[in-house]
Amino acid sequence: MTGTLIEQLRASGEATFPDEVVTQGQVRHLDLPGGAGRLALLTLDNGFDHTKPTTFGPRSLANIAEALDGIAADAAAGKIKAVAVTGKPFIFAVGADLKAVGSARERGQIEEIGRAGHEVFSKLSDLHVPTFAFYNGAAMGGGLEIGLYCDYRTVSSALPAMSLPECFLGLVPGWGGCTLLPNLIGPENAVTVIIENALNTNRQLRGPQVRKLGIADVLLEPADFLEQSLAWAGRVLKGEETVERPEIDRGAGWDAAVARGRSIADAKVGGAAPAPYRALEIIDAARAAVPGDAAARQAGFDAETAALADLVMGDELRAGLYAFDLVQKRAKRPAGAPDKNLARPVGKVGIVGAGLMASQLAMLFIRRLQVPVVLTDVDQERIDKGIGYVHAEIDKLLGKGRINSDTAQRFKALVTGSLDKSGFADADFVIEAVFEEMGVKRRVFAELEGIVPESCVLATNTSSLSVTDMAAELAHPERVVGFHFFNPVAILPLLEIVRAERTDDATLATAFAVSKKLKKTSVLVKDAPAFVVNRVLTRFLGEVLRAVDEGTPVDVADRALAPLGLPMSPIDLLGLVGPAVAHHVAGTLAEAFPERFATSDNLGRLVEAGKKAFYLPFTHDVDPEVAALLKVGDTVLTEEQVRERALAAVAEEIRLMLDEGVVAAAQDIDLCMITGAGWPFHLGGITPYLDRSGVAERAAGKRFLAPGVASVPV
Amino acid sequence: MPRTVKDAVFVDGVRTPFGKAGPKGIYHETRADDLVIKCIRELLRRNPGLPPERIDDVAIAATTQIGDQGLTIGRTAALLAGLPKTVPGYAIDRMCAGALTAVTTSASGIAVGAYDAVVAGGVEHMGRHPMGEAVDPNPRFVSEKLVDESALFMGMTAENLHDRFPSLTKARADEFALRSQERAAKAYTDGIIQQDLVPIAIRRTAESAAATGLPAGYGLATADEPMRPGTTLEGLAALKTPFRPHGRITAGNSAGLNDGATASVLASEDFAREHGLPVRMRLVQFAFAGVEPEVMGYGPVPATEKALAKTGLTIDDIGAFEVNEAFAVQVLAFTEHFGLKDDDDRVDPYGGAIAFGHPLASSGVRLMTQLARRFEQRPDIRYGITTMCVGFGMGATVIWENPHFDGKKEA
Repeated sequence: MTGTLIEQLRASGEATFPDEVVTQGQVRHLDLPGGAGRLALLTLDNGFDHTKPTTFGPRSLANIAEALDGIAADAAAGKIKAVAVTGKPFIFAVGADLKAVGSARERGQIEEIGRAGHEVFSKLSDLHVPTFAFYNGAAMGGGLEIGLYCDYRTVSSALPAMSLPECFLGLVPGWGGCTLLPNLIGPENAVTVIIENALNTNRQLRGPQVRKLGIADVLLEPADFLEQSLAWAGRVLKGEETVERPEIDRGAGWDAAVARGRSIADAKVGGAAPAPYRALEIIDAARAAVPGDAAARQAGFDAETAALADLVMGDELRAGLYAFDLVQKRAKRPAGAPDKNLARPVGKVGIVGAGLMASQLAMLFIRRLQVPVVLTDVDQERIDKGIGYVHAEIDKLLGKGRINSDTAQRFKALVTGSLDKSGFADADFVIEAVFEEMGVKRRVFAELEGIVPESCVLATNTSSLSVTDMAAELAHPERVVGFHFFNPVAILPLLEIVRAERTDDATLATAFAVSKKLKKTSVLVKDAPAFVVNRVLTRFLGEVLRAVDEGTPVDVADRALAPLGLPMSPIDLLGLVGPAVAHHVAGTLAEAFPERFATSDNLGRLVEAGKKAFYLPFTHDVDPEVAALLKVGDTVLTEEQVRERALAAVAEEIRLMLDEGVVAAAQDIDLCMITGAGWPFHLGGITPYLDRSGVAERAAGKRFLAPGVASVPV
Repeated sequence: MPRTVKDAVFVDGVRTPFGKAGPKGIYHETRADDLVIKCIRELLRRNPGLPPERIDDVAIAATTQIGDQGLTIGRTAALLAGLPKTVPGYAIDRMCAGALTAVTTSASGIAVGAYDAVVAGGVEHMGRHPMGEAVDPNPRFVSEKLVDESALFMGMTAENLHDRFPSLTKARADEFALRSQERAAKAYTDGIIQQDLVPIAIRRTAESAAATGLPAGYGLATADEPMRPGTTLEGLAALKTPFRPHGRITAGNSAGLNDGATASVLASEDFAREHGLPVRMRLVQFAFAGVEPEVMGYGPVPATEKALAKTGLTIDDIGAFEVNEAFAVQVLAFTEHFGLKDDDDRVDPYGGAIAFGHPLASSGVRLMTQLARRFEQRPDIRYGITTMCVGFGMGATVIWENPHFDGKKEA
């Protein structure tokens, strides 16, 4: 039977996943200290260093199964008294190989790999000797799960990352995680790991939290982690150490935990992504899987396998994998970026303006580039305020223990302010963040040209103005580049790097090099109105506002996009951006593309009245003063009609942007929407969703991505 | 400013199991610094009464101070072991007597009141750092015939010692070596050695496993790898003499090339008592001596004479000897000089380096842990000696007093 499983895994691995980096299950027997007996230690190792973490594909599972069969025979023969599992240096194991998931074409394949994981890992729990997992390093997904089949677990206090990232990607922990974890650490903590952390952009646990949540029974220091884990195991075997596990409330407490999970999922994906809800169903049912009840446990495993198969054969997961690949890989190698060797070193930065955006930029440059940053503005009060902001941010980092006091002092000394721009005379990179008006910006650049060295890059943080026009009258327009951040700068990773008509490669390379040091995700965009994110959002918001202007109630129009599970509703987004900015950008775009963009008169009225939002603060109730301002027509659309119109508009706009060559590919649009607007993985950004919902073909004539790229292969 | 000299005591000592150097050795893929770090951590675990911030210095010896044995290993090992950053450290080198010198130097600091407590130890990973790695002897040694060329090759100096003392035959050396193995095996059976061993996690990568035929994965070193139970005189007689055709020195009657580390805690006696730390040995006196580099194995004789002379003790006052068995002949030269029999059970009663191995700069503290165990078992013994020969013609001796001494003669 087992022989069959191992052979099956090897055969199907070779057939379906020839590129698997195969993990070995290395077994050595050793004498535990203190005469506690012999232990078989299973090391999971794929033969590479920590830069290529250990994963579990089909052939890896076969190797682990084979190793555990050998261990079972040794245990039965009385050769060993205990078994432990650990990983190679710095890595325990990071779970299933995502490439295998992405390449699966048939439901049966997924069911097979799901069942195989349960079956292989169960070989640990089926042993009749005590079993231990020593979480020495990063443990994710199936890596965490294999340890759940052991009787005891130790964790290194230096463990940098542990998680069940499945729901983040669009899966459920399907190798026992949903069933076993709540029964080990209680449903409340399990929901934290499986739902809350996963949906919080895949937040990771560190060693001490792993212990605190109860996943591990003891926290040990890294310097002699394995030795002390073995010593601890020896003491457990000799009865010198007892392990306390929490009493689990399988009634109301369990209900409450699942309910909390649902409300987290609702807040994060609003029902639009199936994975967290499927995980919660299994967690809910797992209350029956009391340790020792094999049938109930198997029922949980079967539910995991079924959910896994459904999800892997669903487009949300495929979009999630596509999105994950974009942020993990494409973000690191921006399409169209010039040779990085052309980049010039940046040893000093100038920032024109000392407003909130400029101050945020100053903080970012200081923290990441660690070079002098000079702020200039028209009056000393504004400069003082800007520097005060930076100092306060540095103090916050100090207060949180993120930097020490020497570093805080170093950082504070790096920021200076000046009323004139002479401080830019030896700057290598100057960015302007002044009022969004062409004339103002042109004057700033013209003045800078007379001060800065010839090699200095001049960057603009404009969100909608033409960078080409801004540079047109300069002696050296080739050193001007767009460097468009997203608010809040510290949180949104995207940086749109805008190549103007005359921007040269050295300037562009310098911009990309700076972006990389700032730890931003950069996407190269053409100098087209509003670039990518603002153009898509403005088109989309424009349709929602048009519906309002025509007579659809604000709340109906606002709810229209709810089924997508966007991070916030259109009207909330408008509140965050600010009606004035939104109105301004809409104006720019309406000027460029009057046939598709228009300003909303109602929005104009809000701006004029100085209103900051449609809604009363922290509610979804329209501010009565705003309601009084609105002048609307008598065409009332349904939510569905608004949605259809908004999505069709977005599809049309993206198709036009690709045709215009604003970015290299649809992938870049999606990367922008994920990292600049927080659009979700289960939509794959947006184009996978437009493809799979048929909107792309209906509204733009064809798909954005070939079938299989971000959808189930056909 | 008047002051009194303080008594320095040996509080505790531990070591890693010793390994065989080379691709098949247990520590082939283990860093040298990690070996000594784990010893320091074990000392702290075993002595919870010792506040880590009260350690005044960390002296770690290594002969080849390169790579993972370089970078001022006493300081880096202290940091890596998790000692407070306020605890300083340094590296020390007197080749084979490195750890012994770390102890005597630290103890001197204690005696003058500069230190209350110190960590002293040594490490040598002869697999990662073969003897003679990156050495650059001054050509004057040869041109001016300052030393014979054989002085650089320890095996040759041992052959030279056989030449100097023709009565020390290969047969006597082999018999001594056999006894060392037998005594070491018995000490293991009696559980004496294991008490002071720190188990070390060892790893063999798939690549190394394929090259050596040994199993891959993590394991745990819990015993000395070099030991050869079942050694026979016939077997010893048949071994090759690599340093000379028809010579006397073989792999069987000398210590091998080994990997390992040791560490100890020393303190002033007052400090030890105040903090409830064990007092296993009291340092009486120490001495270093030089001899002709060609016969470096003779070093323990003048070093011991010198140390005895300073104290007024005679060899008859010494009830226990731990002599480092770099070569059997060198121990025999010592015992013969002092009129001790080859099989005198005062000398290396638990076996020595021929059985356990001799990772150069680490060995001094191994002698001390074994002498401390002897003292514990034998309260009738008042004084003991740890002594060793050192490359380039030196000897090193420490005389210790047994705090358990009860003044009664053993029946």
